[in-house]
Amino acid sequence: MSDKILIAGNWAIGEAAIRAGCRFYAGYPITPQNELTEYMAENMRRAEGGTFIQAESEIAAVNMVLGASAAGARAMTSSSSPGISLKQEGISALAADELPAVIVNMMRGGPGLGNILPSQGDYFQATRGGGHGDYRTIVLAPASVQELADLTMDAFDLADKYRNPVMILGDGMTGQMMEPVVFGKPRPRRYNEKYVLKGAGEGKSKFIRALILDALRMEEHNWKLVRKYRVVEQNEVRFETYKTGNARLIIIAYGIAARIAKGAINRLRDSGMKVGLIRPITLWPFPAQIIRDTAERIDRFLVFEMSTGQMIDDVKLALEGKGHVSFYGRPGGVVPTPAELAKAIVQEYRR
Amino acid sequence: MQIKTIFAGFGGQGVLMMGYSFAQAAMFEGFHVTYLPSYGVEVRGGTANCTVAVSNEEIASPVASQPDYLVVMNNPSLMSFQTRIAPGGAFFLNSSIITGRPNRSDVDIWGVPTAEIASELGNPRVQNVVMMGAYVKMTRIVSAESYLKSLKSILGTKKKAAMEINRKAFEAGFNYIE
Repeated sequence: MSDKILIAGNWAIGEAAIRAGCRFYAGYPITPQNELTEYMAENMRRAEGGTFIQAESEIAAVNMVLGASAAGARAMTSSSSPGISLKQEGISALAADELPAVIVNMMRGGPGLGNILPSQGDYFQATRGGGHGDYRTIVLAPASVQELADLTMDAFDLADKYRNPVMILGDGMTGQMMEPVVFGKPRPRRYNEKYVLKGAGEGKSKFIRALILDALRMEEHNWKLVRKYRVVEQNEVRFETYKTGNARLIIIAYGIAARIAKGAINRLRDSGMKVGLIRPITLWPFPAQIIRDTAERIDRFLVFEMSTGQMIDDVKLALEGKGHVSFYGRPGGVVPTPAELAKAIVQEYRR
Repeated sequence: MQIKTIFAGFGGQGVLMMGYSFAQAAMFEGFHVTYLPSYGVEVRGGTANCTVAVSNEEIASPVASQPDYLVVMNNPSLMSFQTRIAPGGAFFLNSSIITGRPNRSDVDIWGVPTAEIASELGNPRVQNVVMMGAYVKMTRIVSAESYLKSLKSILGTKKKAAMEINRKAFEAGFNYIE
């Protein structure tokens, strides 16, 4: 028990990253993820060879991460919604250059500067690439502080495995909330060192670039990336099912919204209503198959998001017209209570 | 069993520390626990609160629709939260400065004059821990030993004097309430 500590989500990401061998962090302050930057400022110096930089801007931070990654470091940056918008150019470049990196987005209310409260309005941005060009980012959506710690370690492994940027998509609440955490043992880093730029040395010169002026070569690069993305889709889908066995209505929610949904489901189950949950843990690749399979026996789905409705598009794509999909959303930084969500579910359940 | 408590008061009254110390004590006892602080455009002298959920199974939501207990250190917090408390729950009121009474007859109300008790001990800063003595005794979620262990780990081993005054404050609150 002694290795269990009560820790806030933002700190847990920082600690997990350092334990996983992250040795370069660059960031720029923004609420509600400042505690992560704070943690890295304080603790990166504990790590041998660790570098912390408070960059002059979000764009600088992500490009520093790109540079560190090209030089072979496990590198991470973090921000919250408006800051993540600024980082998109760098994320697109990381994807094009096939460089591993971890980007943390603790979402807040938007669009624009919005507010600093928990929200899930960046789903489209995170899962559709976000920046320009034909690319994908692996997106992990933790729902507890323990999962933030575990998925942070996994994010570095996935980034190395596919040489691709990985985004951890949390929200203000998972970042601020404290829960007991036991930090897992990180796996040894496995990656192909061949791409790493090590400065002048023996052998042929190598370079990393994403400016490919020849159309056919660019097209070839695009299809190469797509083949990689197909492998990710095959291998890396993660989800949790909760009380779906005898359910008549399935809630689909991710992150903190899924926690609230569990609370609502437990209340409804107590009064005999058969409601279950599918919680996507990877938002890209999206767990389409389990939703499609579930639709073979249950035909009613309610998507719950702290947004005006974004993941619902992926649910509908997964269902291919099967079943009936309804939606309940609270955007703008409003965090509904389980009781409120339960009421919305009851309406749909009794329909 | 799942018990949710909201600790609320002025910024500076130590309400976040109350919640954190209690949450950690519950973790020491092997419970599932979540601690959710209010954050946002907080200002000095404004209100602060945190929600602590303690359960012997996985906690679904860290948000409390209907808290079982409300630990309230000032009047504005009483106004904000009094309608949300679950029937059969309990208020712990800082009766030193709270003049109003909750408009609820379906709950227990415990008043603790934290300022007077803390002044008698010679340190007005330990009012929050006085309140925790009363809270820990009446709720019986965690033992006094676990709470004091949690407090000790927060204060650190270097500050012996700080631990001593806090232990006294805890005991005074614990003994005050019947």
